[in-house]
Amino acid sequence: MSASLTLVLVMGVLFGAGIATMMERSLTRVLIGFLLVGNGVNLLIYLMSGTPGLAPILGEGVDGSEISDPLPQAFILTAIVINLGITAFLLALLYRSWWLAQLGERGDLVDDAAEHVEDAEETADLIRSSAADDQAVQEIIVASDEEFESGDEELDPSAGAGGREESAKREHDASARRPGRRRP
Amino acid sequence: MNPTALVPLVVLLPLLGAAAALILGRHRRAQIVVSTTVLAAVAAAAAVLLAEVDRTGRGVSVTVGAWPAPYGIVLVVDRLSAIMIVISALVLLGVLLYAVGQGVADRHRETPVSIFHPTYLILSAGVFNAFIAGDLFNLYVGFEILLSASYVLLTLGGTGERIRAGVTYILVSLVSSLFFLSAIALIYGATGTANIAQLSVRLAELPQDVQLILHLLLLIAFGIKAAVFPLSFWLPDSYPTAPAPVTAVFAGLLTKVGVYAIIRSETVIFAENDLTTLLMVVGGLTMLVGILGALTQADIKRLLSFTLVSHIGYMIFGIALASVAGLAATVYYVVHHITVQTTLFLTTGLIERFGGATSINRLAGLLAASPLLAILFFIPALNLGGIPPFSGFLGKVGLFVAGADAAVGADAAGEIGPGTSAPDWLIWTVIAVGALTSLITLYALSRFWNMAFWRGRDELAGYESVLLSSVQEAPDGGVVTATRTTPWLMVGVTTGMVVLTLLLTVFAAPLFDLADRAAENLRDPSVYVSLVFPGGVE
Repeated sequence: MSASLTLVLVMGVLFGAGIATMMERSLTRVLIGFLLVGNGVNLLIYLMSGTPGLAPILGEGVDGSEISDPLPQAFILTAIVINLGITAFLLALLYRSWWLAQLGERGDLVDDAAEHVEDAEETADLIRSSAADDQAVQEIIVASDEEFESGDEELDPSAGAGGREESAKREHDASARRPGRRRP
Repeated sequence: MNPTALVPLVVLLPLLGAAAALILGRHRRAQIVVSTTVLAAVAAAAAVLLAEVDRTGRGVSVTVGAWPAPYGIVLVVDRLSAIMIVISALVLLGVLLYAVGQGVADRHRETPVSIFHPTYLILSAGVFNAFIAGDLFNLYVGFEILLSASYVLLTLGGTGERIRAGVTYILVSLVSSLFFLSAIALIYGATGTANIAQLSVRLAELPQDVQLILHLLLLIAFGIKAAVFPLSFWLPDSYPTAPAPVTAVFAGLLTKVGVYAIIRSETVIFAENDLTTLLMVVGGLTMLVGILGALTQADIKRLLSFTLVSHIGYMIFGIALASVAGLAATVYYVVHHITVQTTLFLTTGLIERFGGATSINRLAGLLAASPLLAILFFIPALNLGGIPPFSGFLGKVGLFVAGADAAVGADAAGEIGPGTSAPDWLIWTVIAVGALTSLITLYALSRFWNMAFWRGRDELAGYESVLLSSVQEAPDGGVVTATRTTPWLMVGVTTGMVVLTLLLTVFAAPLFDLADRAAENLRDPSVYVSLVFPGGVE
């Protein structure tokens, strides 16, 4: 069995870059790091399946040495699926974490406008609509971009952990949301 | 009857139950019926399995989909697996009923979502799958199933502190999973198999230094899951913020899955590679560092999380002894610790509701207010501290006797392989550390008892004591919402769990005999190998 040097190098780079990225404070970068290392591990498993480039199919009259081992490929498929699920969960978690850091408890409150609407259906629509959420998010992004450009190097515009509390306070007035009824 | 049919059911039932509970998301009562029935059925199936496996003296192995052993997935149940499944199923069932009681009383404020029951069942499936996995990769899948479910349960409701705690927990778990997967890849590369029985034979043929690297890599992955010092830092920060039943089941079960994996890796997978000295040192440090952390905690949940870490050390010590007596005591101790730690967390949930706080600085007069609650806390607390005649005492005595035998070389017949490689003075030191840890546990818990139960409510204002001078509050202040009614179901379940811990004491002799027989099975890896490959393996 001979391993492909290219794949070994790619795996090394993925591991190195992934671990370096995981050391960052920002959670999005940790996620990216996790994805890189996860793919590095997948390549590592693949490297264990024998000579690269052979099909993992054992037909009639095919010698065992002429195929590549199918089991590691099954492992990789499973690992990819698990990684996918966990990544989806992590993204939701990061979004929630960012949301709480930017808006705190206010993020879970319903717009005042929704409360004054008489019509029940319209209220429900307003509550369900993501437009209000999007608007609030957009405002935060714009505001933090402005801060970033105005020389506040400390503040990370991505979903960073550093400086989020302060930023949340500063956003207090910028947000269009006011305290009101709790979202059901 | 043929027990092989029951083996896959242990995993299948919770998974199917989870699907059914998810479909029934809008019908809370139906969900409750499904999940309790499923867990009760698994407990019954596991009890039958245990009886059958113990009667025949061998385990059962099932090849899933009838693919022959090294290629297909093998499920293996021997005495150790069966014991672990029975006790986990009982604890999971108890905690589920407790959660139902809490949910009904709080109108599901703590667990407002319909996903609690499905996620809980998936967690169970992951735990059971890890216990019956006969394949390293299947063990990884079992771990991932239970971890994914635990991520969801830990961040249930998505409040600020749960997200914060969840991020730590999830990232640490992810790193451990990456370690585990890399270890599997390298082991597969070195041996061409992931089947545990086949690995036991093939790994032994590798050079010792290659074995050592693979062994360490696997132990790091399991060590993070079992919360072994220095890989235990994440646990006290992440467990206490979850809802009480979730914390209870995490504390009772999840770390023990890691301990179970370490037992397998020491007795079967890497039986020929000796790391007992390292495990001995690590076990001693886990006990000591964990319990010293517990001393400074004002919050009872954090205090219990630290004692949890600390008492993992006893099990690692028992594994490191590499003798049948040591392993038997470890198995008994695992069973004892699963029940008693879960019970204590459930009682804490009751204290939280009844006293409106979890901090030692704010609780007082609980004995007068609720004598039943006092008993429910007192018995498991003494049990954990190792007071005779409780099971905690018996487990520790079993470990110390096994340790002393190993140190003076009195039990040559009971040694596994060449026995432990740790020097005698180290074994004695760890025994001393174990005794000390037991005393400090008792001190920490009786201090909480004195303050929360014996101290009168009127003494609370301006109370000063040297006992409280060094304790620290939880970082988030341990804020607890005001007292609500405590439903009979929660109290009933907690009482039932306390009775279960007492049963472990009353029936200690037959249980210890059973643990002995389980350890005897683990003595020689060829027992496990012949289970999967009756005709031998190359």
